Amino acid sequence: MSDLLRRMLFLPPEGSAAAADIDHLHFFVILTTLFASTVIGLVAVYFMARYTRRMPDQPTPHIEAPRWLEALFVIVPLSLFLLWFRIGFGQFVAMTTPPENAMDVYVTGKKWMWKFAYPSGPSGLEVLRVPADRPVRLLITSRDVIHGFYIPAFRIKQDALPGRYTQTWFAANGPGTYPIYCSQYCGTNHSTMRAQVIVMPPAEFDRWMESQKSGNSAARDTAPAEPRRDANMVEIGRDLAVAQGCFKCHSTDGTVGSGPSFRDLYRRHEPLEGGGQVTADEGYMTESMMDPRAKIVAGFKPVMPSYFGRLDAPETAAIVEFIKTLRSGSDIGGAP
Amino acid sequence: MNEPAPIVRESPSYLTVDTTVASWLNTRDHKRVGVMFLAAVLLALLAGGVFAMVLRIELLTPERTIISATAYNRLFTLHGIVMIFLFLIPAIPAVFGNFMVPLMIGARDVAFPRLNLLSFYLYLSGAAIALWGMIHGGTDTGWTFYAPYSTTTATAVVPVLLGLFVIGMSSIVTGINFIVTVHTLRAPGLSWMRLPLFVWTIYCTSIIQVLATPVLGMTLLLVAVEHAFQVGFFNPQTGGDPLLLQHLFWFYSHPAVYIMILPAMGVISEVVSGLSRKNSFGYKPIVYSSLGIAFVGFFTWGHHMFVSGQSTFNGGVFGVLSMLVGIFTAIKVFTWVGTMYKGAIAFTTPYAYVCGFLFFLVFGGMTGVALATVSLDAHWHDTYFVVAHFHFIMVGAAMMAFLAALHYWFPKMFGRAYPEGWGLVSAVLIILGFNATFIPQFLLGNAGMPRRYYSYPAEFQALNVASTMGATLLGFGFLVIAIYLGWSLRRGKIVRDNPWESRGFEWYTTSPPPKENFTVKPEFHHEPHDYQLGHPRDR
Repeated sequence: MSDLLRRMLFLPPEGSAAAADIDHLHFFVILTTLFASTVIGLVAVYFMARYTRRMPDQPTPHIEAPRWLEALFVIVPLSLFLLWFRIGFGQFVAMTTPPENAMDVYVTGKKWMWKFAYPSGPSGLEVLRVPADRPVRLLITSRDVIHGFYIPAFRIKQDALPGRYTQTWFAANGPGTYPIYCSQYCGTNHSTMRAQVIVMPPAEFDRWMESQKSGNSAARDTAPAEPRRDANMVEIGRDLAVAQGCFKCHSTDGTVGSGPSFRDLYRRHEPLEGGGQVTADEGYMTESMMDPRAKIVAGFKPVMPSYFGRLDAPETAAIVEFIKTLRSGSDIGGAP
Repeated sequence: MNEPAPIVRESPSYLTVDTTVASWLNTRDHKRVGVMFLAAVLLALLAGGVFAMVLRIELLTPERTIISATAYNRLFTLHGIVMIFLFLIPAIPAVFGNFMVPLMIGARDVAFPRLNLLSFYLYLSGAAIALWGMIHGGTDTGWTFYAPYSTTTATAVVPVLLGLFVIGMSSIVTGINFIVTVHTLRAPGLSWMRLPLFVWTIYCTSIIQVLATPVLGMTLLLVAVEHAFQVGFFNPQTGGDPLLLQHLFWFYSHPAVYIMILPAMGVISEVVSGLSRKNSFGYKPIVYSSLGIAFVGFFTWGHHMFVSGQSTFNGGVFGVLSMLVGIFTAIKVFTWVGTMYKGAIAFTTPYAYVCGFLFFLVFGGMTGVALATVSLDAHWHDTYFVVAHFHFIMVGAAMMAFLAALHYWFPKMFGRAYPEGWGLVSAVLIILGFNATFIPQFLLGNAGMPRRYYSYPAEFQALNVASTMGATLLGFGFLVIAIYLGWSLRRGKIVRDNPWESRGFEWYTTSPPPKENFTVKPEFHHEPHDYQLGHPRDR
């Protein structure tokens, strides 16, 4: 039944764990819409047939809707709409809240291609490989104008903004290959800014990832010619942090300098100067590099210079990835 | 030629009082300004329609069919700008609002007749500037002008933006004129709660135009300044905020949707009452829901930005507020259907368009509420589903109302009848053609085809071909209308003053009305569409 409806509505296959629930809401919403417009249409047609004009100036009774009917006109559709919203917003919150154990992939849109980078190593163009059944979080940005990252089979879409990171996540159902589109108009070749997501069985994905790390370049997707393509994002990030002088103010061992320490910074709740609180996630850390004065952590002075124009999107991401590894108890990144 | 002898009139009609070209171009008569606007918006409709047909033909095949990607991108921008700013926004207020509002409130003219004429020339100048920009370089940003694309594109956005700025001024001037007219020029006895519903919707629309259009003007200027001088408002490369433009743009453009649909709802209220010979099933609910739309419509703009990177919480707030706007429309729909109950219905061409309108508004409106159901929007946003939803409301509902108004008031404006048979034939063609064009687009959106796609994966072709075939039928329907209305202007049967036996106040004078609207100063001491009373001219 559900599959039949899906085909009748031309919906793509349900490639992610969340897709089935979203489709069920879709069916509910579309069927009530069809039902309501048909019933209203039929009532109107019935009235037209029943009450045709018999003489040009035929008198008619003066009728106004009674109170209870007016109330019904409001309450019935409103409760229906609010029910839709209740279900839909619940799903949306789940859709925008990635689980903590999600694997991260950095997505960069640029006229007119998509680039995917894994924190632990490889990066590639136009093919996103992910393991089935594991949550994957996408950290999305753009290098030029606004793009829209859209995987119809997963029922997810998130705009890619220049100078900012946005995120979305999914857990793919089983192996398969699905198209990725750019949904936000971005110029001449907008419609060819397409890519693919390849969902692999988890074990096969792990082997692929290992082969990428061990420098098996033959099996690698076409990668752009960039310096240090063999290094992973964490290493690049650490080197950049050294080169940019981050450690002059931010320690990696927990000591407080002119700025907060990088140790355990990721996902820390920081009180802000002037009230409020912020969670130090990818978005906040990127913002702090691009526009340091936007949100100052309480107790610190606004002395950090902006790195806008000095760090590009992949570099910012690399530094963030490096900071994320500085967690007490699991010192994967390795402080310099 | 077997024409009936013309009705003997107490004074010459506004059409015959002075027939020189100069008398039209310098006119301060609201009716003539309305007719000139009618000619202008029909030209815009023709142009926008031709652009749409070229787009649809291009989309017959997955790759290039007749034009290049660059030409396609410019053309859909042109289609959007012409249809929205040159047709839909002025279509009902500037044409039928201008013509009918003073008649309906028993006034001699609008409050500021000179400003009214100025509004028309502003519209023409804005259109000319925008058109000049379109020919010299074109614009490929889409009608939404999202930055930083719009501020970095190599195409000529600046003249187009300035042209739209001037058209916006025309819209503001018309809005102010109607607000003052309704406040100050009502006939004796015509209290606020006796105003015809069409006047109420034009009044609410005018408030939105006056409050929201300046925001659009300001935003367009910011885009033009950033494009010309690289000042950082929107582009992060120069220190701007990439989402700011979307907030500003939708702060105008969401209420602008109500600028387009509220007057349409007013037309439907009049046509349903007039052709059913029934008072409105709920006069006050329609009035308050119009005011409600005008007010709440200002707080829903974020539903265009659920996946733009705004916060999840904001998504929730804008989602709930959008549900409320839906309710106001639901009240109106129930009221129109209720008005038909125990009426005396003359099923004529305008009524056929009312049927089309009801279906398109309910289905289009509910898909709008569906789009505000946040999780579903993640899939539908920026796909053909949104295109189809928008066209259901704008082309479906607003266009049906425009055509209903054109037929319902054609005898009022020109004193002649249109051929009823041809009218019904073209209404059927248009309603069927419209469904055949846009239902496949809903399905394309479900399948995941993003909007503004010049080339597309081959699996989307069948639905695209279906949509193009529907568009052809739709275009043919319009052609039929153009032919018979053109013919009717000259050769249509001369009609009685009130061919529909309507008790709307605009029918309380001759058709077409004299230059001064009423030969005797009217007084309205009862509600509009009161079918308990005899017509004053019948007594």
